[in-house]
Amino acid sequence: MKRLPWWLRDLMYAAIWVGILIGLSYGLDAIRIAGIAYYKRIIVLMGINIMLAVSLNIINGHAGQFSLGHAGFMAIGAYFAAFLTVFYFMPYVNRFPEGTEQWILQNALLVVSVLLGGVLAAIAGYLVGLPSLRLRGDYLAIVTLGFGEIIRVIILNIDKIGAARGFSGIPNWVNFFWVYLFALITILVSYRLVRSSVGRAFLAVREDEIAAEAMGIDTTKFKVKAFIIGSFFAGVAGGLYAHIMMYLNPDMFRFLRSFEIVVMVVLGGLGSISGSIVAAIIMTFLPEGLRTAKEVLHMEKDPRMLIYSITLIVLMLTRPQGLLGRRELWEVLPRRKDLKETDAAAGS
Amino acid sequence: MQLILQILLNGIALGAIYALIALGYTMVYGILKLINFAHGDVFMIGAFVGFYAGGWAAAHLHEQGMMQWAAAGGIMLLSMVACALLGFTIERVAYRPLRKAPRIASLITAIGVSFFLEYGGQFVFGPDPKFFPTIIEKHLIQIDGTATTNYQLIVLALAVVFMAILQYIVYRTKFGRAMRAVSFNFETASLMGIPVDRVISLTFIIGSALAAVAGILYGLLYSRIDPLMGILPGLKAFIAAVLGGIGNVPGAVLGGLVIGLVESFVAASRFSNYRDAIAFLILIAILMFRPSGLFGKYEAEKV
Repeated sequence: MKRLPWWLRDLMYAAIWVGILIGLSYGLDAIRIAGIAYYKRIIVLMGINIMLAVSLNIINGHAGQFSLGHAGFMAIGAYFAAFLTVFYFMPYVNRFPEGTEQWILQNALLVVSVLLGGVLAAIAGYLVGLPSLRLRGDYLAIVTLGFGEIIRVIILNIDKIGAARGFSGIPNWVNFFWVYLFALITILVSYRLVRSSVGRAFLAVREDEIAAEAMGIDTTKFKVKAFIIGSFFAGVAGGLYAHIMMYLNPDMFRFLRSFEIVVMVVLGGLGSISGSIVAAIIMTFLPEGLRTAKEVLHMEKDPRMLIYSITLIVLMLTRPQGLLGRRELWEVLPRRKDLKETDAAAGS
Repeated sequence: MQLILQILLNGIALGAIYALIALGYTMVYGILKLINFAHGDVFMIGAFVGFYAGGWAAAHLHEQGMMQWAAAGGIMLLSMVACALLGFTIERVAYRPLRKAPRIASLITAIGVSFFLEYGGQFVFGPDPKFFPTIIEKHLIQIDGTATTNYQLIVLALAVVFMAILQYIVYRTKFGRAMRAVSFNFETASLMGIPVDRVISLTFIIGSALAAVAGILYGLLYSRIDPLMGILPGLKAFIAAVLGGIGNVPGAVLGGLVIGLVESFVAASRFSNYRDAIAFLILIAILMFRPSGLFGKYEAEKV
């Protein structure tokens, strides 16, 4: 059989994935059990966390530039997308009568606002990436943390987007479908990226900057590139988040949020895409699952965050390289014997 | 003019507290190359030990005069011992097992310990802010129209005393020499027969005791404490340590004073909303133009 041209094949895969997502989305909507809304919300937020973890993994895991400012990029995307929607797009959409036309317009404008949020975050990522030319390791971590905080304080002082009161009145335009569509795109881009020449350059910079430079890699360019790509997707995730929460507050984007994302990436294994996804899933459900701990232990106060932090410490002490290390999920799972040898060679 | 003097005094008092925290950061970073994110929370625990001990003392103490000062001194000592133990335990349990692991692992563990102390603080002490008890009466002192309180003077005096003690320990004792040797080169120091593990433990003990002092002084000066109070002062103190050149003891003190002064001037200006961002702006500026800090030595990269 003749193989299909690559673009047709990709288009086919895309169609299949979109179909699956639409099916899941409708399936989820069809379930009507009391209390299901809570789980639906967690599943949607899990998609956001996956996007954040995978995008930070590009900066931290692949390019090896330790960033603690991911919540800042997310905040930029969230606020800019919400700003566009609330002040420009929503009044426009509301002029149309309810119906298919309005529905299409609404979703199209949602994509535009979310993507523009990502673009603004990417520009910020470019600016933050610049100091990484001179700094490495811990210093870069603190500078990115500082950038995140500065962004938060700036937002806190812009009255138009709510300042300390928070930004309310954002329409609930995002559902399961959009979150997971963008999450899939993030994963796909990240996966393809790391296998492209750019991704190889990232890995070279991570492994040994001087050697990479000697091999003719423009390390500066690639470090900044990693920041731009990673922060773009963080901005998109932020834009989606804004349209889920329907309310934004600068306190949502404190550096504790950045820490959470970093924890996901490191816990999953730096550089492992599937590791980031698995860790994002665990880290979304763990604090939620621990809500029951209060009743089980008959405690008056909620010990959930306490257990969460102890779990984190114990996990890091027992598996400092993360759950999956640098490998992907399918490389860890049992497989045919003849592949074992290549794995041993790769692991050395 | 009087206003400027006033701001200067506030800034120096705040800076002295930052400096005390920064000393712990700079010593630990100098030796382990680890940003001890939990250090700001040790500072918080110090303040809370002072709060509970002070509350107990205030309830049982009815005499005026010498007894008050003795009680205040006792509270400070108790808090220092408690935090020293805490710092020792943190290093032993959370950092020592990871000393050979990649540095990022210990950084994440540090964040985990920091979470643990913050949420543990919220769990045990309750998340609502508490007000520091008064053991020693607060007096307003007017000098030439500039108002200060005896608290500010106590803060300054104690900060200077403890910094002098630290300076003595680091540069005049055998342990200090061992510490400097370890921070210079870990492995060589251990080959020279220096008990590296013990030196690291002691470094954590001293740093945490200083953080306890800072915590109590902070409680004295601002009277409001809560379990998350350690986060921002901790970060700013770390910035102070970087500003002064990390690993450098006088540098940390100078850095703390600079951050405190700048912050109180910004807080008094019309940009007061940006007071929490200014420290980070300083940090970015210093790292762009003088990455080794004010007193730090430039180290050429070895290939």
